[in-house]
Amino acid sequence: MRRVVSAITSRLVIAVPYAWLLFFFLVPFVIVFKISLSDLAIAMPPYTPAVDGIRDLFARLGEFDLENYHLLMCDLLGYVGIGADLCRGGFSIDFFERPYLSVAYISSLKIAAVSTIFTLLVGYPIAYGMARAPQSLRPTLLMLVILPFWTSFLIRVYAWIGILKPEGLLNQLLTNIGLINEPLVIMNTNTAVYIGIVYSYLPFMVLPLYSALEKLDHSLIEAAQDLGCRPLSAFWKVTFPLSLPGVVAGCLLVFIPAVGEFVIPDLLGGSRTLMIGKTLWSEFFNNRDWPLSSAVAIILLLILVVPIVLFQRAQARAQA
Amino acid sequence: MKSLGSIRRSFAPWDDPAATPYIRFENVTKRFGDFVAVNDLSLDIYEREFFALLGASGCGKTTLLRMLAGFEEPSAGRILLDGQDLSGIPPYRRPVNMMFQSYALFPHMSVEANIGFGLKQDGMPRAEIAARVAEMLKLVKLEQFAKRKPHQLSGGQRQRVALARSLAKRPKVLLLDEPLGALDKKLREETQFELVDLQQELGLTFIVVTHDQEEAMTMADRIAILDKGEVMQVATPAEVYEAPASRFVAEFVGSVNIFDGTVRENGAEGMRIDCGEGRVIEAENSGSADIGDQVAFAIRPEKLQVSSQKPDNARANALEGEIYDIAYLGDMTIYHVKISDGLVIKSAMLNSSRLVDDPLTWEDRAWVSFAPDAGVVLTG
Amino acid sequence: MNGSLSRFNIVSLVLGFAFLYLPILLLVIYSFNESQLVTVWSGFSTKWYSELFSNQGLLDAAWVTFRVALISATFATVLGTLAAITLTRHLRFRGRVLFTGMVFAPLVMPEVITGLSLLLLFVAVGLDRGFLTVTLAHITFSMCFVAVVVQSRLLTFDRSLEEAAMDLGATPVSTFFQVTLPVILPAVISGWMLAFTLSLDDLVIASFTSGPGATTLPMKIYSQVRLGVTPEINAVCTILIAFVTTGVIAASLLNKQREVQRARDEQAARRDDV
Repeated sequence: MRRVVSAITSRLVIAVPYAWLLFFFLVPFVIVFKISLSDLAIAMPPYTPAVDGIRDLFARLGEFDLENYHLLMCDLLGYVGIGADLCRGGFSIDFFERPYLSVAYISSLKIAAVSTIFTLLVGYPIAYGMARAPQSLRPTLLMLVILPFWTSFLIRVYAWIGILKPEGLLNQLLTNIGLINEPLVIMNTNTAVYIGIVYSYLPFMVLPLYSALEKLDHSLIEAAQDLGCRPLSAFWKVTFPLSLPGVVAGCLLVFIPAVGEFVIPDLLGGSRTLMIGKTLWSEFFNNRDWPLSSAVAIILLLILVVPIVLFQRAQARAQA
Repeated sequence: MKSLGSIRRSFAPWDDPAATPYIRFENVTKRFGDFVAVNDLSLDIYEREFFALLGASGCGKTTLLRMLAGFEEPSAGRILLDGQDLSGIPPYRRPVNMMFQSYALFPHMSVEANIGFGLKQDGMPRAEIAARVAEMLKLVKLEQFAKRKPHQLSGGQRQRVALARSLAKRPKVLLLDEPLGALDKKLREETQFELVDLQQELGLTFIVVTHDQEEAMTMADRIAILDKGEVMQVATPAEVYEAPASRFVAEFVGSVNIFDGTVRENGAEGMRIDCGEGRVIEAENSGSADIGDQVAFAIRPEKLQVSSQKPDNARANALEGEIYDIAYLGDMTIYHVKISDGLVIKSAMLNSSRLVDDPLTWEDRAWVSFAPDAGVVLTG
Repeated sequence: MNGSLSRFNIVSLVLGFAFLYLPILLLVIYSFNESQLVTVWSGFSTKWYSELFSNQGLLDAAWVTFRVALISATFATVLGTLAAITLTRHLRFRGRVLFTGMVFAPLVMPEVITGLSLLLLFVAVGLDRGFLTVTLAHITFSMCFVAVVVQSRLLTFDRSLEEAAMDLGATPVSTFFQVTLPVILPAVISGWMLAFTLSLDDLVIASFTSGPGATTLPMKIYSQVRLGVTPEINAVCTILIAFVTTGVIAASLLNKQREVQRARDEQAARRDDV
């Protein structure tokens, strides 16, 4: 009897979170996928979900419609300049209708990649300094890196508006010390987005770098110097290669969420800053085009699958 | 150790055909995927016995113990305790308790809560639990540490809390997984004797898993030597050492010299083994080998003598060689004598008198001699 | 790695931490600015704070956020702990690969996607968007963070503790409550704290899944921020930062104190063997 009870309990332990995730994580994706295949005309405006309309929407989801993907694909293909003719023939919607989608994807990837590199450049010296710091100081330094991670993302991004805007604190400072006459235009440009991403995701870069560097045996560097390496060359030949797993993990941890970032480009970027998270948001909330925003979401996921798989591999290797 | 040996000589239920074993492993096999941890193993253990499972890591000794405790189910075969088949009985309903290698003391509970844990699970009244816990604390001499948490104890004290906890429920059988492995050498030696005394006092059956042969020999009535999930030999410590059943056992327990050869004669006056290069060893007849069989003659280093002259005794085997290495250990000296290129013999000579000037030194010619009954002939 | 700090190390640490903390510090300072103009300092004042407490919309949003965070963190902790146990203890069951994927995917999933997909689910099942849907959404994504935190503790958990409990007669369920849970409790508590702050901070998922009457504080802040920087928002942000920072620092100090005490005890105990 007791055994039966314990068997049931152990089933429940699996079943409850499993069922929850199935219903609240997997099923929504299936719905997103289905809606992404549906027609623009039946899209429902948000906030006023008419019951009939929704029913209608789900009733018609069975009719697969690849138009949204066609649109996106043609966009992408058109952007790289191949296959444009292929797309044009036989389809009703001209792919030149919405070139901003493909531009937004490419631009998201570019912005994420550039910011990742900058985050690495800023984060590496910090992580290196932390790893070299005396043992007694390290927990405090670690705490100082983790602490901003606990504070609201929105607030941290917001904090930069007051600094970067034309009459903001940075321009005031630079003008007062006489470095510039005209205020720098940083706010509402890609530069502001880069700064926002580097700032917001810095802890994600520093933590894996630090844990890789901290494990490093300092006697390895001493050995390299003993064998005739100058300090800088010892760094490039010993320290950096051994910290590569941390570099890879840190870069992926910054790159993956940065691609789909919404808050930073929305608050710090300008109207010309195109990022896919922002596009998805505006397609959904402003244009109320649910099918298209669903298709955008699916393509975004497909783009992120490769880096996510890479990241999981890197994690698995780090644990082994 | 000598005195314990003499006390317990009369205790030998395994030699009594009428005695029924208390614990039986019947053709037990345990597989983990493709790996066979225990292979068709049968073993009998008697009540009140101090039994040791000895082997290198991965030999299946811990798996055997865990199957008895109920943490693993045998893939085949069955385990009987006092006549009862243990199959399907979960660990929390078996009348055996285990002392874990890591001690597994609950870090959030005090010493007394740890010791009383098992009693509480049985629903024993509080007053009785308190009394039993006090008794256990006294047994392991930790009365003044009752309120401490495990991390406030030394290694030796933790070991004793673990012991008290596993004994508190008065189990029929106590299982000990490398009980002394985490202690340093001096403490380990003291505790070995304490464990034996405790087992005698309580009259329980102890099964101990260890990789330390000295520990097994010091404590156990009988030792099972395991290799690759199979029992190589079950015998008393003296038998295991003096009469190993196989080349594996001879090499595993203690140090040994092995001469491989072919049986040339096997008669009433003994066996003659041809070891090649004109060397012939005379050995006491140990039965089963026929003329022409490949055998091994195994002899312990302390049963060989090294001398600069050929000994007079005509019966003794004597081989000539060259002193290759000498290690002076204080109580004894180890000589490595090179007989030929492939054969170096170890000899341990007791330094019974103060050594002023060793007559034997490096590269001297020397004779290694031994009586025909000083070693054993191994056919397996 | 151990060594001594070079000048380069010190400079990079100072600049790095200045970069991390200066923006927040400026935000806090300017929340005490007298002037309506956020970027011009014109004297110390706490008037924006007192004004906050008369802003009913903001207070309502804060109350909603607090309740959502409390409820969602609690459920997420239970579900996340169960998920962590499943991940570490049940190594073979049908659909394990899918389960593992579902636990880890939300960690790197862009929030816009999570928000959109949950919204579409709520619409599909005909659930009106509001307090309940935000809470459900927050439980879903924060339980995965809890699962990761608790899982990493369970991976280093000495399984022989549980075996010892069962060996001494405790059933698996009673073993969990008497031994496993008390031992992993610090990790479960950090998991709860993480879930709580994630819910407190979330803007994107809440924007998708919330409805009228359940506007959360970040949503409120966001809608005002789009209109420009105001000292009032600075004040709200300062309170939020102070709240979270105090909690995190207090928790870590408590932890540190316990560790120090433990190390001292262990050192004292080691002397007993000699």
